[in-house]
Formats: sequence, C-alpha cells, structure tokens
Amino acid sequence: MMNLSAKHVLGVAIFLLVIFVGVPLFIAATGRWDFYFTLTSVALLAIASAGVWLTFYIGRINIGQGAFALVGAYVSAILVVKAGWSFWLSLPAAGLFAALVAALLGLPILRLRGVYFAMITLVFTQVATLTALALPITNGAKGITNIPLPSGVSLFGITLIPDFGEIENARMAFYFTACILMVITYATLYRLVNSRLGHLCRSMQQNEELASSIGVNITYIRILIFSISSFFGGIGGAMFGSISQSVYPATFVVKDSVDFMLNCFLGGLGYVFGPMLGTLVIYFGWDLLFEFGKYQLLIYSIILIVVIRFLPDGLLSIRFSKGGKK
Amino acid sequence: MSPLLQVKNVTKKYGGLTANNDISFDVSENEILSVIGPNGAGKSTLFKMISSFVPTTSGEVLYRGERISNLKPHMVARKGVVRTFQETTIFKSMTVRESVVVAQHLRAKASLAGYFWGSKTAQQDVDSFGRYADELLAFLGMTAISDELASNLPQGNLRALGIAIGLATDPKVLLLDEPFAGMNHDETMRMVDLVRSVRDERGVTVMLVEHDMPAVMKISDRIVVLNFGEKIAEGTPSEIQNNEKVIEAYLGSADDEIGM
Ligand SMILES: Nc1ncnc2c1ncn2[C@@H]1O[C@H](COP(=O)(O)OP(=O)(O)O)[C@@H](O)[C@H]1O
Ligand SMILES: [Mg+2]
Repeated sequence: MMNLSAKHVLGVAIFLLVIFVGVPLFIAATGRWDFYFTLTSVALLAIASAGVWLTFYIGRINIGQGAFALVGAYVSAILVVKAGWSFWLSLPAAGLFAALVAALLGLPILRLRGVYFAMITLVFTQVATLTALALPITNGAKGITNIPLPSGVSLFGITLIPDFGEIENARMAFYFTACILMVITYATLYRLVNSRLGHLCRSMQQNEELASSIGVNITYIRILIFSISSFFGGIGGAMFGSISQSVYPATFVVKDSVDFMLNCFLGGLGYVFGPMLGTLVIYFGWDLLFEFGKYQLLIYSIILIVVIRFLPDGLLSIRFSKGGKK
Repeated sequence: MSPLLQVKNVTKKYGGLTANNDISFDVSENEILSVIGPNGAGKSTLFKMISSFVPTTSGEVLYRGERISNLKPHMVARKGVVRTFQETTIFKSMTVRESVVVAQHLRAKASLAGYFWGSKTAQQDVDSFGRYADELLAFLGMTAISDELASNLPQGNLRALGIAIGLATDPKVLLLDEPFAGMNHDETMRMVDLVRSVRDERGVTVMLVEHDMPAVMKISDRIVVLNFGEKIAEGTPSEIQNNEKVIEAYLGSADDEIGM
C-alpha cells in the first residue's frame, strides 16, 4: 500500500527497535530512570510539532500550537476529573475538541498569509492562557491538579491496557504510550502527505490561485489541515497533562508555541520526520546549554540562527541533499 | 441552439474606474472566440469575472443557463469553465507530469479518505491519472520535458504547461489569457495549431485574450473587441478588420496595430 523501499523499511525498523527496545535496555543498564520522563516529553512535543509542520505544508506559519495543546490538556483533565471519563476516551475527545476550535478559528483567519497569519496564531497562545485563567471550569490560576493516572481498559475480561496507577513503573508505561502515539502520528502524517490530500496541499502551498483554478476547494482544505494539525496539538497536550497529573494556564505558553515552530524549521520543512528530529535536538540542546546560566537563551538563539542560515532546509537536508525524500 | 456561455450586461468597477462597462455577448459550443483590445481595455478583468476569480459589480455570466459569476473559482472549475493565467502561474517545485497529475483532481472518484487508506478506487484513480497525464503530454508534444521541474522550464514551455494544467481538468470551456505572449512566430503558429486541435479533438470551447493579431485572425471564429472597458465590436475576423471603430481604437494607441 505504501510502496516503501527496502531502505525505508529498514530505517523504520531500526528506529522502532531503538525506541521500544534500545532505550528501555539502556535505561535499565544505566539506572537513569529520569530519562523516561525526558524522552516521553520529547515524544509528546514531537506530536504537537507534527501538527505545526502540517500547517507549514499549506504555506502557513503556525505559532499557535501551544494554544491547542493547552485546550487538549484542559479538555482531557476536565473530562477525567469532573466528568469521570476514562483517560483513554478523553484523549481522542481532547484532540477532536482542539480540532473543532481550530475549524472555527481557522474559518476567518486562514485567508491571511505570511506574517499576518503567523502573528494571529501567536496571539492564540496568550488568549488560551488568559481564557484558562478566567473560566470557572478551568479553575483559574490554581489549574486542575491531582488528575488520576489513566485507568485500565479491558474487553471481555481481557486487560488491554493496565491501570497506570497499579503498575510499578508508570514512567515506562507513559514512555511506551507516548512513543506509540508518536509513531501513529508520524505514520499518519507520512501517509497523508503522500496521498491526494498531501498533493493538493503542495499545490496550494505553491500557488493558491492556480490550485483553485483546477477545482481545489482551498478554503475547505485549509480548514481540514488546520484542524488535523490542532488535533495533534490537542493529543500531545492531553497526554502531557496526564503525565504531569496537572494542568495550569501556563502549562503551554508562547515559548512552547515558538518551540513547536522551531522544531519544524530545524528538522526541515521538506521532511515528514523533520519535526521529530528537530524536537529531539532542541529539547536536548536547550538542556545542554544550561551550563551557560544567564547566557543560555543568547547562545541558544545564536546557534539556531546560524543553523537556519546555513541549513535553510533543516538538519535532514544534510542526509538527503538531493531533495529526493519527503 | 442556445449559447454555451452568455456574458450578460457585465460591469466591473474598481473604485472610480470602470474596468468593464455593460458587456454582453454569447459564446457557442465548440467555438474559438478571441477578446482583443488595447492594454488596460479590461480583457483580463472580463476573464476573471467569467471564472469567478473576481465578483462582478453588476450583470452575470451564465454557463448552460446557470449563473457562474460571483461564485468561488473552484466551483466554476467544477462546472467545466477553467482559466489559465496571464502571468506565469505554475506549481514551481513540481515536475511537468506531477502538475498535470495533480490538476486531474476534479476527475477523482475516490474520496480523500479513500486515498489515505489506499482504497481500490483510489488506486484506479492514481493509475488513470498517470495514464492520462502521459497521453495529454504526448498530445501537447511535451513528453520529452515531462520530468522537468516547472521552475526550470523556459518561457515558451511554461505557457504550454499552463495549458496542459488547464486541459488536465477536462474543461468544457478553456479561458486562455495571452497564451502566445513572449513566443516567436514559429512557436506561436505551433501553439495556434495546438489550440485548434484542443477544440477539434477534445471538443473544448476556447476563449482567448491575445495581442498577436495575425494569430488572432488565424485562430478565431469570432472576435469581441474591448476598448476602455466598453465592447466596441463583435464579429468574424474579416468583419473586425474592416470595422471603423476598431481601426480607430487601434490607431489611437501607438504600439498596437491591427494587421493580417
Ligand atoms: N485589482 C484591481 N484593482 C484596481 N484596478 C484594477 C484591478 N485590476 C485591473 N484594474 C484596472 O482595470 C483596467 C483593466 O485592466 P485589465 O483587465 O487587466 O486590462 P487588460 O487585460 O485588457 O490589459 C485597468 O485600468 C487596470 O488598471
Ligand atoms: Mg490583461
């Protein structure tokens, strides 16, 4: 169905082996259990970044993903804490709600291009934070805390997902969950980009007028893509809230939105798997620069500018310099 | 026989400027109709209103009796009225073949979800798009450049690519805005033959805006002449060449000349 070459299959197999077998073995051997939390965060941020990458794919710079992650986190938390839903049901609900919000917001603003669209999305994150502070249901500045860990799921007495509160290593369970979600997200993204929807997005990215002259309903596709993008943001945010067992208005702020965008730039806008790599590099890069104290942000920014200046097509362009792979 | 396309009392105002004033004419099925006139006469504006890229200020355009003006461009394209662009508007980082494949969007039978999951219908679509792209490119004599990136093509080929993209949508009416611009005599004559065969072999009704008078006289069944947003004449090429008002309009502007 996917026409993958042997080389691609091998690459994907190695990747899966590393994240599902290699990492747990490494952590068990070194005793660095904190790595689970770190890598889980990377996986979840990579899911949200995948959404931002998709909006780039229709030629829009999206600096608002933090807002949708926050929406997702609150929707899941509220459903679990106040309505008693299972986390596993609240997760898709969080994604769908974020997608719905995106569809409503997208209708008026997706006509804007370039910096205008970018600026408006930048405002979203701030608005989301302020809304969370103001609404009674989100509990204002206190946020929602003590969110129970995901409960188990069983079908006909067979346990499909164990209760996270009862397993001894919840961190590992979260890590696996986040990785599985990330793999599903990127498989979806890859498939989407390589199916007709992806081709229509490319046509719109390159010339919206010409795209509409060949019959592409550009308004519809823009909203569809922005909704899918925000769905990923909602899923990433909801999962994040569940792991931290709390959500605050500042769980996702403007800096997170900017980071999601930078992850895409850094990894490469031309590569589906770019944002995943970008997220990993930025997350660890930021931590490594911690040594530099108050100069951390300065050095971080300089490095980013240099990288974007000399590798305009992202880190992955080093390997695929001949533009073959998407 | 009722006309295929009717332009009825169409007016377009941009602020104080009247780009088109109360224009009316009919286009019959399988006709090649040219719209000529000096620069700024309102030809492109007229085409944009027919394809709903800009709304009319008043008046309407009917296709098979249905209004197609003041809609969304993609809806007009779906009805079979497709424009190409005056500017070199292309999909820059697609190859010629990719552009022609993506332009067959309207012919798709499978849904977007069908493509995502790789349904059988979607697979058939993909196969037929590929086959049709090859056939169309062969018809247009573009097989040799089918794997070239659009951004690498020379000017003349870009025009042809624009027409290929338009044709790939399987239009009933094709609107070509200055398809021969920037071409030398030989290229133009080849293009004239091509546009003719598009009409003859594919049953496409063609409307075109063009400045190259010999080409216009050769290719057109009928001609509509605009000047300062007004329709000043309509008729066969020989009627137009002998029309007083037309001669006057063209003599009035220095660089355009109505010749044979
Ligand atoms: N978007 C626009 N806004 C304002 N004026 C316009 C616009 N488009 C065209 N015009 C004006 O309308 C007139 C007709 O333009 P156009 O249709 O492009 O002429 P033609 O194609 O015959 O050269 C010109 O005077 C032009 O300046
Ligand atoms: Mg013009």
